[in-house]
Amino acid sequence: MFYGFTPKSRLMLGTAQYPSPRVLSDAIAASEAEIITVSLRREGAGGAGFRDLIKASGCRLLPNTAGCHSAREAVTTAQMARELFGTSWIKLEVIGHADTLQPDPFALVEAARILCSDGFEVFPYTTEDLILGEKLIEAGCRVLMPWGAPIGSGQGLRHEDALHTMRAHFPDIPLVIDAGIGAPSQAAKAMEMGFDAVLLNTAVARAGDPVTMARAFAGAVQAGRLAHEAGLMGRRDMAMASTPIFGMAALS
Amino acid sequence: MFSVIGNGVTGLCVASALTERGLPVELLADSSTPASHWAGGMLAPGCEGESAPSDVVSAGAGAADWWAARVPGVVRRGTLVVVPPRDSAELDRFARMTRGHDAADPGILEPELAGRFARGLYFPEEAHLDPRAAMTALRDRLTAKGVPIRRGEPRGRVIDCRGMAARDMLPDLRGVRGEMLIVEAPELELTRTVRLLHPRFPCYVVPRGQGRYMIGATMVETDDPGPITARAIMELLSAAYALHPGFAEARLVEAGAGLRPAFPDNIPAIREERGRIHVNGMYRHGFLMAPALAEALADRLQMEMRDAS
Repeated sequence: MFYGFTPKSRLMLGTAQYPSPRVLSDAIAASEAEIITVSLRREGAGGAGFRDLIKASGCRLLPNTAGCHSAREAVTTAQMARELFGTSWIKLEVIGHADTLQPDPFALVEAARILCSDGFEVFPYTTEDLILGEKLIEAGCRVLMPWGAPIGSGQGLRHEDALHTMRAHFPDIPLVIDAGIGAPSQAAKAMEMGFDAVLLNTAVARAGDPVTMARAFAGAVQAGRLAHEAGLMGRRDMAMASTPIFGMAALS
Repeated sequence: MFSVIGNGVTGLCVASALTERGLPVELLADSSTPASHWAGGMLAPGCEGESAPSDVVSAGAGAADWWAARVPGVVRRGTLVVVPPRDSAELDRFARMTRGHDAADPGILEPELAGRFARGLYFPEEAHLDPRAAMTALRDRLTAKGVPIRRGEPRGRVIDCRGMAARDMLPDLRGVRGEMLIVEAPELELTRTVRLLHPRFPCYVVPRGQGRYMIGATMVETDDPGPITARAIMELLSAAYALHPGFAEARLVEAGAGLRPAFPDNIPAIREERGRIHVNGMYRHGFLMAPALAEALADRLQMEMRDAS
C-alpha cells in the first residue's frame, strides 16, 4: 500500500504535543498504529533523547518536514531525516501560510520532484486539488495525503464532495486523510468514503486522556474501513417500507 | 554527612530540607548555569494540571508556603489565564483539564487588560517568585546555617541533583529545550502571572518587579543548548504583543535558552542507583516540585538515621 509496506492498522499517529513521552508510547500502543510521524525541523540533530523513546515503540517512522516554508528547507530537512532515521520515507509538508498551515502547492511539487529523483519515498501533504495530485504523481509520489481541514483545527472533512471526487479520480493511488480530524466519527467517515488511512495528532495528543482517545480512534478507523469493504447502502430521499403496503387497510 | 551535588533549585532545596532536620550536609556546586536560572518561577500547580498528572498538582500545592517560609519575594496574587476571542475553545479545554479556578473578568483583575479579553480563568491560590533572587536567598540561608558550599569531591553520601549533567548515570534523562525573554516595560502594569492560551504559541508573562517581565517559554524536544532562536523570539514576542500591544515598546533585556531535565513520564523523581541518590527530572516543575521532593527525601533519610542509631 505505502511503497511496498502494508500495515494492518489504517491509523497513523503524529507524535507532537503529548503530555509526556510515556503517555505518547501508551497512546501509540492503544491506537495499534504501525506508522508514526516525527518532526525534526525545529528539534534538529539534538533531539536524540526523544527520538530514541519513539523508536522504542517499534513503529515504522515517517519523518516529516513540518515547519518548512520553502522547497529548499524541506529538501534539506528530508535529507537530514534520512540520515538520522535511516529511512527514505518522508512526509513532505511545505507550508504556504503560517496561520492556516495550508500547503504551498507550487513549492510542494518542486520539493517532491527533487526528493523523488533523489530516491526518497514521498508522502506529500496536499490539498484535494486534482491537478496538484496529478503533478505530484508525475513527480514520483505513490501516495497522496490530502488534508481534511487545516492542521490542528479539528474541523473534520471540510470539503467532503471534493474529497469524494478525489477518491474517484485516483482509484489506484493510496490516499491518506492527513490533518484536521478532531473526532473519531470524522475518521470513520473518511474510511467509509474509501480513503486508505487517516493520519492525526492533535485530537489524540491534546485529549483529556490521550490513551483512551487513541483507542477510540482505532475503533472508528476499523469500523469505517469495515463499512467500506462491506458496501454501504446508498442514501434515499424517501423512507422505504419493509413490509408491502398493498393489501393493508386504508386508514384515511 | 550528606553531599548534595548541584547548583540549581533542586540541590538548594534538598540541602535546605536536610539541614533543617539537623542532618549534616555539604553542598557541592560549580560555576555552571543551572536550568533553574532560566525558569519562570511560577508556583502554579493548578495551571500545570493542564498537562501534568495529578501527583504533580497535589505535591506542588505546598510549594508557595514552602518558599514563603524561607525566602522573601513570594507574590501570592494567583494566575490569570486569558485567550484571544478566536481561540476561545482553548479556554474551555483549559478549564476542563484543571482544578482550582474561577471564571474571571480579566479587566477587573488586571486593568491593563480591560477590553482586550472578554473571558478569563483565575487561579487564586497560585503564586510566583523571582527564581534567581530566590536561589540566592536560599543559598545565603544555607551559608548562615553553617552549611559548607564548595567545589570538589564529595565527602559524604552522595545526593545527586545535577540535572542534565547527571545524564551519564541516568540514561533515560533527556533535555527539553526552553527559551525565554526578559523585557523591561515600565509603562505596563501587570501584577500577577498571566497565561495566554494559543493552540500553537502559548506563553506566560511573569512580573519580576520594577517594570520587568519574564516571557516564556518554548518547549522543544532537543538537547541543543545553543542560543535562543529567532523563531522563538518572534513567537514569544508576538504572543506577548497579542496579550498587550504595549510589549512592542518594551526593551529586550535578556534572551536565554536552557535544557529542562526530564524523565520519560515528565515527572520529577527520587531514584537510588548504585548507592547514589538522584533527585532529578524536574522538567517544567523545578520551583514547584523541588520542595516536595526535598522534604520527602529528608523525611526518609532522617528515618534511616534514626533507625541506624
